[in-house]
Amino acid sequence: MKPKRNIAGKVYLFLIFLFLYAPIIILIIYSFNESKFRTWSGFSFKWYIELFSDTKIMAALYNTILVAVVASLLSTVMGTLAAIGIHGMKKWPKRLIMDVTYLPVLNPDIVTGVSLMLLFVFLSIPTGRLTLILAHMSFCIPYVILSVLPKLKQMNPNIYHAALDLGATPMRAMWKVVLPEIMPGVITGLLMSFTLSIDDFIVSFFTTGPGVENLSILIYNAARKGVNPSINALSALMFVVIMCLLLIINKRTKTNVDIMF
Amino acid sequence: MSNAILRLEGIRKSYGEEEVLKGIDLSIGRHEFLTLLGPSGCGKTTLLRIIGGFVAPSEGIVWYDGTNINKLPPYKRQLNTVFQKYALFPHMNVFGNVAFGLQIKKLPKATIAEKVKKILQLVGLSGFEDRDIESLSGGQQQRIAIARALVNEPQVLLLDEPLGALDLQLRKDMQLELKKIQTALGITFIYVTHDQEEALTMSDKVVVMNKGEIQQMGTPVDIYNEPKNRFVADFIGESNIIDGRMPADRRVVFLGKELECLDGGFAPDEAVDVVIRPEDIRVSTTEGIFPGVVTSVVFKGVHYEMMVQSDGFDWMVHSTLMEPVGTQVYLTLGPDDIHIMKKVAAHE
Repeated sequence: MKPKRNIAGKVYLFLIFLFLYAPIIILIIYSFNESKFRTWSGFSFKWYIELFSDTKIMAALYNTILVAVVASLLSTVMGTLAAIGIHGMKKWPKRLIMDVTYLPVLNPDIVTGVSLMLLFVFLSIPTGRLTLILAHMSFCIPYVILSVLPKLKQMNPNIYHAALDLGATPMRAMWKVVLPEIMPGVITGLLMSFTLSIDDFIVSFFTTGPGVENLSILIYNAARKGVNPSINALSALMFVVIMCLLLIINKRTKTNVDIMF
Repeated sequence: MSNAILRLEGIRKSYGEEEVLKGIDLSIGRHEFLTLLGPSGCGKTTLLRIIGGFVAPSEGIVWYDGTNINKLPPYKRQLNTVFQKYALFPHMNVFGNVAFGLQIKKLPKATIAEKVKKILQLVGLSGFEDRDIESLSGGQQQRIAIARALVNEPQVLLLDEPLGALDLQLRKDMQLELKKIQTALGITFIYVTHDQEEALTMSDKVVVMNKGEIQQMGTPVDIYNEPKNRFVADFIGESNIIDGRMPADRRVVFLGKELECLDGGFAPDEAVDVVIRPEDIRVSTTEGIFPGVVTSVVFKGVHYEMMVQSDGFDWMVHSTLMEPVGTQVYLTLGPDDIHIMKKVAAHE
């Protein structure tokens, strides 16, 4: 009985994963297709080569990485400082701020995107890389806070006091004693921000300006115009990069347990 | 004044409605080993944190060497603290922990290495410089915490239940060692504990606290032999506490007997607490003041702890001789075994 049920379970699991991953697998397979069309005409790297010689795609890649690096670094600094501040708060203000922090996480991307666009228009900030970075920071900071806070909670609060007791100023104590203690959470927050930023399409779509495309916007625009197999190759590469980042984050959070929610 | 290094004047602390310190006046001498003793929640740790500068008093002044240090942040105070559960820096090795204070002071590297080596020797952990904190046992971590504070050569060392997490044997060894270190270095120790035995073993002066107030201050011998009230008598060691009254000076009536005692100065027939230490009671099978029956016997190593019921009162008696349960015995007290205490209304 038991092995039979085991096999049925495995088949079921396989079907679910097949359903989930079939589109991506097909995408990856097609990215290696010699032909431009749906028929398979042989294995080839030519779309990948074309991809890296396409200046437009390279420009979008540059935008994506620039925005992701700047937004995730700034988010990590601000989120970490915010987490330290929230950690030191009294119970009720803390609860209030935490609810406010969760809100952007749960907010639909489309609402975040449209509202940020309206905000930038209202403040007449010219849309472009700057607004992209600001928009990405708005959804990255909560994730940094949520990954740093558990580390602060785990920390023995007396080690900060011990540093003060030994003559360190509050700034120095934070830098030399608290920061190294919460570093795993900070790094996780940084990786998560970087991943979210690369990954984002909807918010970027609403907040970028003329002529500034990141990869996801470029793919969206290209896909509307028709089939371009180098886009398959690009999507496949993005998938692999994001998956690697997620695997790293998962591994980190597993070893540090109770992160988030 | 000249001999006091720290003086607390009318220290009060409230958290919202709750008043945890209700006006503490205390003077702490140079080279003194002073213990703040009391049950948890008595305010002893809060008082220590006020001295360390981590908590600001609601009222009152902390004097250090004749200067008001109320406004001085902890990192500018000339004292160091050994925290509860060590609070070592987990990401640094032993050297990093011990050298932390010296590095902040920007001492030359060679001097730091020299001082760290010396202090590790003092706490018996020579050659441990490169060890990780996690690789150390509880007792070793405790020694590192002490070394980390002492290496800065403070005039006053604050210790917040430093031995609380250690097992009994280790605790006893560390008590002796701490006392030895304190005597050798000649610095003032302010030691917080809820363990009365620890307090009596190590201190020059014990301050018994309860509910944010000082109950009694004195040498361990004074506190043990002459507890001022029922709370102190009950908290320090074990006691038989009996309701009584004093018809005249040096006469006390309790449990239906009038006995001679050494106390006086009470109003005629004033209600008092009579406190008798279990080890002061003599047990005889033939004659004595209070007849009773042994109801239980527990072997405690050095002595037997017996409960003797006499006329509705359960006496706790410590004796090196054992009488089996059910034996008819007589209990005898001398005048100096009877301690008379004023009734204090506020205590449960």
